[in-house]
Amino acid sequence: MVQALNQALDQEMAANPNVVIMGEDVGHDGGVFRVTDGLIQKYGEKRVLDTPLAEAGIVGTALGMSVYGLRPVVEIQFFGFTYPAFQEIVSHVARLRTRTRGVYTCPMVIRTPYGIGIKALEHHSESTEAYFTHTPGIKVVVPSSPYDAKGLLISAMRSEDPVLFLEPSRLYRSIKQEVPETVYEIPLGKAKILKQGTDLTIVAWGSMLRMVMQTLSKDQNLSAEVIDLRTLSPLDWDTIFTSVEKTRRLLIVAEAPRLGGLASDISATVSEKFHGKLKAPVERVTGFDITPPLPLGEHLYMVDEKRILKAIKKLTHSS
Amino acid sequence: MLNFKDYNPLEGKQLQIMDEKGNLNESLRPAELTDELLIDIYKKMTLLREMDKKAASLQRQGRMGVFASSYGQEASVIASSMAMGKEDWIVPAYRQQGAIIAKNLPISNFFLYYKGNEVASRLPRESHLFPVAIPVGSQPLHAAGLGMAARLKGDQTCAIAYFGEGATSEGETLEAFNFAGVYKANTIFFCENNQWAISTPRLRQTAAKTIAQKGVAFGFDGIQVDGNDPFAVFAATLAARKRAAEGEGPTLIESFTYRLGDHTSADSAKKYRDPAEVEPWHDKEPLLRTRLYLTQKGLWDDQKEEDLANEVYNQVGIAVAEAEKTPNQTIDDIFDYTFAELTPTLQEQKSYLKQFYPET
Repeated sequence: MVQALNQALDQEMAANPNVVIMGEDVGHDGGVFRVTDGLIQKYGEKRVLDTPLAEAGIVGTALGMSVYGLRPVVEIQFFGFTYPAFQEIVSHVARLRTRTRGVYTCPMVIRTPYGIGIKALEHHSESTEAYFTHTPGIKVVVPSSPYDAKGLLISAMRSEDPVLFLEPSRLYRSIKQEVPETVYEIPLGKAKILKQGTDLTIVAWGSMLRMVMQTLSKDQNLSAEVIDLRTLSPLDWDTIFTSVEKTRRLLIVAEAPRLGGLASDISATVSEKFHGKLKAPVERVTGFDITPPLPLGEHLYMVDEKRILKAIKKLTHSS
Repeated sequence: MLNFKDYNPLEGKQLQIMDEKGNLNESLRPAELTDELLIDIYKKMTLLREMDKKAASLQRQGRMGVFASSYGQEASVIASSMAMGKEDWIVPAYRQQGAIIAKNLPISNFFLYYKGNEVASRLPRESHLFPVAIPVGSQPLHAAGLGMAARLKGDQTCAIAYFGEGATSEGETLEAFNFAGVYKANTIFFCENNQWAISTPRLRQTAAKTIAQKGVAFGFDGIQVDGNDPFAVFAATLAARKRAAEGEGPTLIESFTYRLGDHTSADSAKKYRDPAEVEPWHDKEPLLRTRLYLTQKGLWDDQKEEDLANEVYNQVGIAVAEAEKTPNQTIDDIFDYTFAELTPTLQEQKSYLKQFYPET
């Protein structure tokens, strides 16, 4: 996935001279996960900015730069480090269009590694996407494969709205997939049906998809329809509704904490819309309402096959 | 006692008491820093280096996670925290495992924490050592708050915040300076300027000539000291602590040092740093320099060095064994400290999780 993202950045920088990359260690070091590797050599220090160590500074100045006409692609080193920039994202980046009645906008991409599962230090395993899906005015995107990562990032860079682009750090190097050299877009706000099925619908995003597919591979008799949301805000309700209309059973799998998470919102909306029509109550398999544990306790927190399987059984055994 | 006015950072002054060859300017030496205490500091710095060395080896073997070594910077954390009082608070960033040594706490905690077991984070309350702060620049405010509280209560207790030069770019660090200045907090801001914030060199971090002068901007003294000189680090911290305890407000100390190793075990400095720049710093590093001084004074010899090497090796070996035999955190451990009391929801989530781990 790292190479796919790097290629997307490279191709879009080549195509659009206004695209600039900025962040901590994105230049000479090539980013802590090497996503921006080689770009400063190719495009120079005016297109790839190694910034001072200040996340609010990075996002706030990117806003100014984007209003001026550049297309900043900002890297925040880890999702947990977006918090110093929270004010800038929530109060300004997400609202500039509204606050100027559409006169000024700040198209920019904020890329950041996201999620638990790489045995990282404290504050490096955050899945707090709900803070930002709760914020109107900024799109939130999470790819689940190298192919999607490239197409979604290109779309994000071309979007007229600011995009928070969450890159599951677990998938950076663990998924290998051929990615076309050609430039292609995957539209934001559109979910993808990863697998067709009739028994139940499973909705997930990011690294959870792999966990879901692994679980399903163990049970060939089950016909599950799997939806990769790809964009968390705005949500593609139509794809979810169409699928649930067919299967009448819904499972949402998310690594984020449960309370106030996106899984709860999907559950609530589907339960409202399909009241009396579901074959079983909606199930959620999520993270817990606790601080993500340090590496030696990580496996206890993480959603795994056993937990998904149990929820599937509960759903399919009721009629 | 050191007068900060003699070391105006805006005039490019830097405090050095012991030079790179171990020669001492006796007139500047604080009386409190006896040869006996210096030997103690030397031993602690040596232990710190051994801890980092062992941790790096464990990390490569997959027995420990990512951590940040103090290699080359040992004098900063050790000599400064040894200048603080027993009751004083230490608020570290993530490169101050030396504070565990200075506070006489079990060094096995360092290994246990970076192995990824939060059981390590349970230190005695009276240790007055804050947990490791990983988000850069987030912790100086806490030291400002501790120092404000001490001032409001009229106590002499002080707090010292550690952070790197990269952290001075974060807004929160500057807010900490401002609060401490306004409330004349019993706080010492100790910046370990090791010249590199991962791949960002000091000159790209701020256009200011020194970090120390940032104190001036907030209305209090800043001083740049030779950070590889334990005498200078100790003297400046002692003087800053005295001022803070007497209600004269905070001081910013810029410890001018050098990161001889990588940022953490997760990067490679070779990628962004010219090895030619690193080389001369090996001759300036604090252990070498202190050893030269002690040897010249007839206080140290090869036998003592060998004994110390064996002692720290054994100490670290015992600590690692201690850490490795500590059981991993349980399901209870990861739930029970969320709130003062376990909520019904958390109780339910915990029971649910336990059915998948019947053995715990």
